Amino acid sequence: MLKLENISWSAPGGFGVLNGLDLEIPDGKLVVITGPNGGGKTTLAKIIAGIYKQDSGKILLNNEDITDKDITERAKMGISFAFQQPVRFKGITVKRLIELASGNRMNDGELCDILSKVGLCAREYINREVDSTLSGGEIKRIEIATVLARQTQITIFDEPEAGIDLWSFSSLIKVFSEMRRNLKGTLIIISHQERILNIADEIAVVADGRIKAKGAADEMMKTLMNSNEISNVCSKQEVML
Amino acid sequence: MEKQTEKLLREISEWDGEFKGAYNIRENGQCAGRVSSKNIKITNKEGKPGLEIHIAPGTVGETVSIPACVTHGGVDDLVYNDFYVGENADVTIVAGCGIHTETGEPARHNGIHRFILGKNSKVKYLEKHIGTGHGTGLKSIDPVTEAELGENSVLEMDTAQIGGVDKTIRNTKARLEAGAKLLIRERILTEKEQTANTEFEVELNGKDSGVDLISRSVARDNSRQGYHSVIIGNAPCTGHSECDAIISENGKVDAAPELHAHDNDAALIHEAAIGKIAGEQILKLRTLGMTEQEAEATIIDGFLS
Ligand SMILES: Nc1ncnc2c1ncn2[C@@H]1O[C@H](COP(=O)(O)OP(=O)(O)O)[C@@H](O)[C@H]1O
Ligand SMILES: [Mg+2]
Repeated sequence: MLKLENISWSAPGGFGVLNGLDLEIPDGKLVVITGPNGGGKTTLAKIIAGIYKQDSGKILLNNEDITDKDITERAKMGISFAFQQPVRFKGITVKRLIELASGNRMNDGELCDILSKVGLCAREYINREVDSTLSGGEIKRIEIATVLARQTQITIFDEPEAGIDLWSFSSLIKVFSEMRRNLKGTLIIISHQERILNIADEIAVVADGRIKAKGAADEMMKTLMNSNEISNVCSKQEVML
Repeated sequence: MEKQTEKLLREISEWDGEFKGAYNIRENGQCAGRVSSKNIKITNKEGKPGLEIHIAPGTVGETVSIPACVTHGGVDDLVYNDFYVGENADVTIVAGCGIHTETGEPARHNGIHRFILGKNSKVKYLEKHIGTGHGTGLKSIDPVTEAELGENSVLEMDTAQIGGVDKTIRNTKARLEAGAKLLIRERILTEKEQTANTEFEVELNGKDSGVDLISRSVARDNSRQGYHSVIIGNAPCTGHSECDAIISENGKVDAAPELHAHDNDAALIHEAAIGKIAGEQILKLRTLGMTEQEAEATIIDGFLS
């Protein structure tokens, strides 16, 4: 279980982004975190991964205090994080990056398994460099693939839908549903997408740097769909897709 | 041939006890082995140290290797090698230089290579430079390359110097006739107190000639690199140069690209980027379980690959 207690974080300018946030994420569940843009979702994910260090508060993983563990240590303890805005690397191939993520050398069949989950054909991609020649959608899928390759206890996806076309999005939903069915660990997906909200076990709403609401998905969906603020965000995103 | 030469050869060329195809091995300024093939003739140059390499027209798929090794201090080797590539030939030339010192005496190799490419010929030129050994003597490699690209010929140069050489001045000049293409990929890593300067001068003289010059460099510790490229478009042509450098610790890079469009239809582009490793890249690799040092090494390794 992942537990965040009273987490606060201010941006370098002093503006409070997370303001005493409490969150418990049970094992073996798919938890979707949603909420308005700028509400602090990405910041929360970065705090969990250790990329940002909270000003105050505590983080527990399996009852162990990991508050002072750095990014590398948390990664090794089983936390994975797919960036909302993936990073590009000149000279590093897709194959190499996925191998670095999985920690093993991989044959073409294994690479194909992982890349096909994100709608990419391994043959076309494994030797491409993860640089600016990849489109926004391509780099986003490769980012997701690096995290799938790790198979850790906790996996966080930050807006996986962003920049992905409708067809690949459907296959991505399948991947998430399948992961949910065979869930060994915990899946945290930050998303505005109704189709992702629909496959959640639990939904948490983050706004103004706090958890505004949290509960079982079916209950939460009813309130969310009636709440103007969130449903506007959802429907806009759906149209943009 | 010395044991040390064999070690260096394994690093800088495809040598695995022997060479495939024609070759000449230069060891401390002397010839340590030479074989010509039916289509590739290697002979001594008249009046100057060095070789003439004649590649017969239409030679396809052959390789010629001309590595040079300096195995101890106190050697200052100067060599002139001229390559004459016949029309329609399609060959690989493997050059490369290894310098080893265990003493305080300096060791230097200065290779002056000229390439004359006939019409429609195609050359892939591979050049790897290394410095090894614990000697404090200055290890320097100063290559000069001059290339004349005939109509519709293609020269692809792939050069790498990944550490170990204290001082380098690289000078590359090329003149291109109509339809000729020059592709250059250069990679340089300097560390400690090393310096490396690289100069390119490319004249695009024929219609539809083109150059693509890509330089990647990493300057670490107190090392310093200079990059200066001059592309002159005297005809309807395309020129692209890209200088990408990573600096770390007190590394310094000076980059000065020049473009000269002397024809109304010359299209020339330069891109340059110098900076530290992007913090985001290190963060991403750390989220995959690497330490900061491992992440940096991985990023540099990929960048120079
Ligand atoms: N490194 C940072 N520096 C300054 N402001 C930041 C930084 N990271 C996040 N913020 C600010 O924190 C707020 C929440 O951002 P974010 O967590 O990205 O929201 P969300 O992911 O919910 O859209 C925004 O106002 C954003 O500008
Ligand atoms: Mg965000």
